Amino acid sequence: MTGLWRQAWEIARKDLRTEFRTGEVLLITVPFGAAALMLIPLAIGVDAPLLERVGPGMYWSVVLLFGVLVTVRQSAADGPAQMDVLTLLGLDPAARFAGRAGASALLLLVFEAVLAPLALALYGSDPRGWWWVLAVLPLVAVGLGLLGTLAAAIAAGVASTTLVPLIVVPLSVPMLLAASQVTEGIRVGATIFGWLLLLVVMDLLLAVAGVLSARPLQEAAR
Amino acid sequence: MPLATPAPFGGPGPYTRPVPAAVIDLRSVGVRLGDTPILRDLDLRVEAGEAVGLIGANGSGKTTLLRLLATLLAPTDGEGAVLGASLSSPERFAVRPRIGLIGHTPGLYPQLTLEENLAFVARIAGIPGEAVGEVLDRVGLGLARHRRAAACSHGMQRRGEFARVMLTRPDLLLLDEAHAGLDSQAADLVAHLVEGVRRRGGAAVVVSHEPGRIAPLVGRFVELQAGAVADPGTAAS
Repeated sequence: MTGLWRQAWEIARKDLRTEFRTGEVLLITVPFGAAALMLIPLAIGVDAPLLERVGPGMYWSVVLLFGVLVTVRQSAADGPAQMDVLTLLGLDPAARFAGRAGASALLLLVFEAVLAPLALALYGSDPRGWWWVLAVLPLVAVGLGLLGTLAAAIAAGVASTTLVPLIVVPLSVPMLLAASQVTEGIRVGATIFGWLLLLVVMDLLLAVAGVLSARPLQEAAR
Repeated sequence: MPLATPAPFGGPGPYTRPVPAAVIDLRSVGVRLGDTPILRDLDLRVEAGEAVGLIGANGSGKTTLLRLLATLLAPTDGEGAVLGASLSSPERFAVRPRIGLIGHTPGLYPQLTLEENLAFVARIAGIPGEAVGEVLDRVGLGLARHRRAAACSHGMQRRGEFARVMLTRPDLLLLDEAHAGLDSQAADLVAHLVEGVRRRGGAAVVVSHEPGRIAPLVGRFVELQAGAVADPGTAAS
């Protein structure tokens, strides 16, 4: 393993170990996400066809909105003192970005996977479209993880974590749209290749942007 | 908590680049945060093998100067170099692993044990993991190695910080409020660290509000007043 990937792996492992011990991210966001998914059927009532039609969109909206919380909480794992230590250890900022984004993506994937069966039970009895969601889950988790980590690094430069949702939510709209359209496309028999490609391209662009901007953003945050 | 016999911290560090004659060389350096000048027209030269005490009232700029020397801040005026690398150029990124900073706030991860914290540091820095147990024993934390940092007292966390610096063996050691929260036994660690880095041909800058405690460790004092070096005679007194 090269130095960069070894360092990225260490950052991800440390973040996941901390989360495993505290549950600060998932134990807070999963119940809220589940509650949001349950509130919508209560508001709509027992209109099964309508619920089935809006189900994928509702699921992805909840993933997006509460996924932001996952990335925001995750980005607070290193305080200023820890950041100084990491910097003086010679940690490559790109490795920190990759490791943090990787850990966030894994937590988001767990978040998505826990909520998916609940959404299936609440919204759709026909699982045809939902099976394809399984293919989209990792793409969205990686994209949101990258976007949240990048947004947190930008926000650190202006010392305001409140900026993170303001950056993440608009930029993740294409992901929400693509993920919903994949599910809907399968349901009605339309092609989904273009939407899958959009997700892949967004993930790649975010990864490149995050790696290239890691050093300047780290220095700007001081 | 007993300390193990201090030893080979003064041995050679892991870095192959030679330490320059002037470990710190600041010329008319200033640092402003926004419009506020924090450091002004500061000249400071610290030679290899030297330890300097940095004193001054609260708000005089001591911590900012340490962060500048750690390359965590760049000067807004003047020129400066640390370990031969300009503080205003990307050269400074390369010397960062050769700098050890112990600040006010411990940089340990609260949910990791002391041993996990140091093992993480070792892996990031590419240092063999076997050294972790040794340095924990030497700072008197051998029996507490499986305790999470969050469950450690402030003094134990400071010892953990010392263990981290022992692990990385820096060429430039920067200690902020060196004796804060330490009992007399742990305070000996400060002396071992400073002496060790000097023996390796590096340099140390030690900030303290108790000049009397660090006087035996340092060759001279530098006093900051409102972001500038005070008259040398003032510091001597």
